[in-house]
Amino acid sequence: MSDATAVNKSLLNYLLWLGDSNLVLGHRLSEWCGHGPILEEDIAITNIALDLIGASRLYLTYAGELEGKGHTEDDLAYLRDVMNYKNCILVEQLNGDFANTMMRQFLFTAFSYHLQTALLNSTNEQLRAIAEKSVKETTYHLRHCSDWLIRLGGGTEESHKRTQDAVDNLWMFTDDMFEVAEGDKLLVTEKIVPEMATIYKQWEATVKQVLDEATIKVPQRSYMMKGGRKGIHTEHLGFLLAEMQFMQRAYPGAKW
Amino acid sequence: METREQIFDYLQEVFDPEVPVLSVVDLGIIRKVEVDAEGTHITITPTYTGCPAMNVIEEDIRAKLTEKGINNFDIKTILSPAWTTDWISDEGKRKLKEYGIAPPERSSPDKSLLSNHIKTIKCPRCGSTDTEMRSFFGSTACKALYVCHACKEPFDYFKCL
Repeated sequence: MSDATAVNKSLLNYLLWLGDSNLVLGHRLSEWCGHGPILEEDIAITNIALDLIGASRLYLTYAGELEGKGHTEDDLAYLRDVMNYKNCILVEQLNGDFANTMMRQFLFTAFSYHLQTALLNSTNEQLRAIAEKSVKETTYHLRHCSDWLIRLGGGTEESHKRTQDAVDNLWMFTDDMFEVAEGDKLLVTEKIVPEMATIYKQWEATVKQVLDEATIKVPQRSYMMKGGRKGIHTEHLGFLLAEMQFMQRAYPGAKW
Repeated sequence: METREQIFDYLQEVFDPEVPVLSVVDLGIIRKVEVDAEGTHITITPTYTGCPAMNVIEEDIRAKLTEKGINNFDIKTILSPAWTTDWISDEGKRKLKEYGIAPPERSSPDKSLLSNHIKTIKCPRCGSTDTEMRSFFGSTACKALYVCHACKEPFDYFKCL
């Protein structure tokens, strides 16, 4: 395999991971549509879902181009089975209560924000352009979920407890966001993507800062579940895809 | 053959479907118009990655140019440099305010957004600065929701991007 082919293959893998993570989280958030605790929040959550799906479209379109088999963003989103989805397992977790949704959102968004900021220096023009576009939106997302955690953590006894429970329950899925695929090394050498260890440190600092302010304890390290990038998912993803892909599976090529 | 200026004039008649007082030119999403022997080449950029209006805007541009008898054109979408509210023209900002949407106050979001900094926004109706942000996300991704304590009216603020 020539160098260029190896780089393309690794980059394709990386793009699917980013595209799928944004898509699955966007879909999860869309489940809140019409169920938000207050009207403003219903609107905010669905707006953020739209941004995430928008970012996913950019990643998957580029992935389809790199793959060179004529797959569009839609083919990749609607016609791949669960084992071929590469999203991090945190984002496929159920919405649960509002505190759980906001905590999941925060843990992912803090990661996504630092990764996109680093990708602004990528040697890959397209990846840099996508990062430049979406990091501005992600800045608003991060502010939004941080604000909520601080409010919930410092709110009533009940809201504090639910927020602490949320981070305790979700913590085991956080390491999976930082999983490195075999081909990533090549991408790091080519300065296409950053070292994951650097992103982890930045993420850890942001998480600590916001949770401290929210008076929520950062959980101790214990068992960590991993495997998203390899297609090893929790049971929830299959159900999510069954709903999301229904139309294209039942009526292939349906358009409106 | 139409000149570049004429094409811009035609595009002034294509409006954002969600903020119908702003033309695509006012909004700053027309990045480039070139006219050469091969036809007219238009480059546009999306406002938000997930903006559902983008496809409609492209279709509207096609329809407008076709209506004006221009058939030989292509529309290209670019991501970089990323669109910023700084590109909304002064005329566009004036129209926004008249329409009841507070125009964006300078520059893109940066790290200061992550600290506790929230800009004071003037109410587009009564001009009071006694306003409060209710939500960073309004009726569309590009707007935030404010309320004015002086005239008691809620209003949209076109937030900086």
